Amino acid sequence: MSEVPKPEELIKKNYSPPEKPWMETKPEFREGRFCNAANPKWLETLDYPYARSWSVTDEDWNLPENWKDIVLENMHDRLNRFRSLRLFFDICVRCGACADKCHFFIGSGDPKNMPVLRAELLRSVYRRYHTVAGKLLGKLAGARELTEDVLKEWFYYLYQCTECRRCSVFCPYGIDMAELTILGRELLSSVGINTEWIMASVGSCYKTGNHIGAPPHAFKDMIDFFCDECEEVTGVRPRPSFNRKGAEILFIAPSGDYFADPGTYTFMGYLLLFDYLDLDYTISGYASEGGNFGYFISHEMGKRLNYKIYSEAKRLGVKWILGGECGHMWRVLNQHMDTWNGPADFLEEPVSPITGTRFENAKSTRTVHICEFTADLIKGNKLKLDKNRNDHIALTYHDSCNPARAMGILEEPRYIIRNVCNNFYEMPENTIRENTFCCGSGSGLNADEFLEVRMRGGLPRANAVRYVHEKHGVNHLGCICAIDRAILPPLLEYWGIDVELTGIHEMVANALVFPGEKKKTVDLRDRTLKGVKSEEIEEEE
Amino acid sequence: MATVEFKGHTWTIDEDGFIDDFNNWNEDWVEYVKGTEGINEITDEHWKVIKYLQDYYKQYGLAPMIRLLTKKTGFKLKYIYELFPSGPAKGACKVAGLPKPTGCV
Repeated sequence: MSEVPKPEELIKKNYSPPEKPWMETKPEFREGRFCNAANPKWLETLDYPYARSWSVTDEDWNLPENWKDIVLENMHDRLNRFRSLRLFFDICVRCGACADKCHFFIGSGDPKNMPVLRAELLRSVYRRYHTVAGKLLGKLAGARELTEDVLKEWFYYLYQCTECRRCSVFCPYGIDMAELTILGRELLSSVGINTEWIMASVGSCYKTGNHIGAPPHAFKDMIDFFCDECEEVTGVRPRPSFNRKGAEILFIAPSGDYFADPGTYTFMGYLLLFDYLDLDYTISGYASEGGNFGYFISHEMGKRLNYKIYSEAKRLGVKWILGGECGHMWRVLNQHMDTWNGPADFLEEPVSPITGTRFENAKSTRTVHICEFTADLIKGNKLKLDKNRNDHIALTYHDSCNPARAMGILEEPRYIIRNVCNNFYEMPENTIRENTFCCGSGSGLNADEFLEVRMRGGLPRANAVRYVHEKHGVNHLGCICAIDRAILPPLLEYWGIDVELTGIHEMVANALVFPGEKKKTVDLRDRTLKGVKSEEIEEEE
Repeated sequence: MATVEFKGHTWTIDEDGFIDDFNNWNEDWVEYVKGTEGINEITDEHWKVIKYLQDYYKQYGLAPMIRLLTKKTGFKLKYIYELFPSGPAKGACKVAGLPKPTGCV
């Protein structure tokens, strides 16, 4: 594995453009700056074309003989199928509003990480083969031939985009860079260019129902372990049910929440909350993944993986679906599931069984975000909460890209936080809400071998965390995405910021007062509560 | 996919140095890989971690979550990093012949 340069080195960035024009510069495939090529076994599992052994650092990528025809045919196909693609190619006026909005550009200084130029890498080929000006005038019209070097450049830069869509917020035309990246990655996949980290996750999910490759009995064992842990620290033993037909609600969380710390404490939070409510819900060992690494590389693959959610909801006969603190799951569920796998006319319009609230916004998808669900519980005064139990936490909140920008989940988490925590401080305005800075490792880039680029891309987010850490003594960063929870700890450690990660429902469970509960002295992580004393004094008064 | 040879064995490894199939693991692999993993000597405590990982893998088909590993071995995470400097997933799993977990981890 590559050694990551020290922060003092990484921070030295050069924003001056290279001497040669962009069409004449080539990326340098140095360790730490690319993700490894996928093992052919995953491609075979998924019926992906041109499964073969190859290495990114090889001069010869072992492409099929007619690779150029294949890529161009696929581009033609996508242009016909996605009006958005042609529109995004044609409409850009290169105003540059997006240029300095990308965390990878800010962190690397590489001009091809400006979204406008990243898109131009694809657009130039589109012009050459699909516009009159490009066909006749070539380079003069900003067009270029598709060559192996161009293909390698696509790979380098399309896998340095986290599909976070911050640039799109600032684009006056609303060009969706994530869509361009996904379609560009589809073109690469058409000739067998894929990364191991993504394909291993997709292949595992396809085979076992989740990215980590946990079969149903392992899934159950992990949840049972959380029940033991909940009982140990709170005295309450949650009673989840598995694959239960006729349950009212199917609950789906990202696998990171039942496998990787600190997401595991968030999962304990879900279990405790549902138990408190005596909710009629079930979890599934088949649809055991909220996330969808397939969507990072193709609409088709996204659809194939997402299928299990509606199909399991149908099989179990639930009324509606409740989704956990997952990031990109919410772009898929909110913007694609209804047309990919829907309509879900076998489900009912979601109504909270506790408050009676009808979730009008989920009328079509019939899927509710847990932050909407919990915020509504608090608003309806259905939870007894003791904020003081989170007094050891001084929190800031990272708006996870997809729930924020693809779904507009901005207020609900904040409303919950203010009700479960006394010490909440916002990061600077231009780094939160719809302007949120990406963690730098989304869209399947959270591979270990990619650490250098990840640390660069995460710099703007880390910097904003540092600001509230130093100004307000913030010691925890809250978020609602499992990739965030897994990758922000090493990012903050790298940049020397002593702040821990937490999910929002971990904090909800910390604050939740169960009827007749045992005296609480520790939180879900077995850490001593700071605010307990004030609670005791209140009771005496 | 590269191959490595040691004491008459040949293993196929991926770009992170993990062996391609748990069934190809044997004790000589531990001997071979300890050097690249920065481990001076394999002690009983290393074996306790390796055995737990392997038993779990045989039963469940994936590596255990870290909280289970620390709880069942009684070793704190910091100590597991002392035993396996690359950590439980990258280090201990590699030595034990398990594939590394993927996804949001």
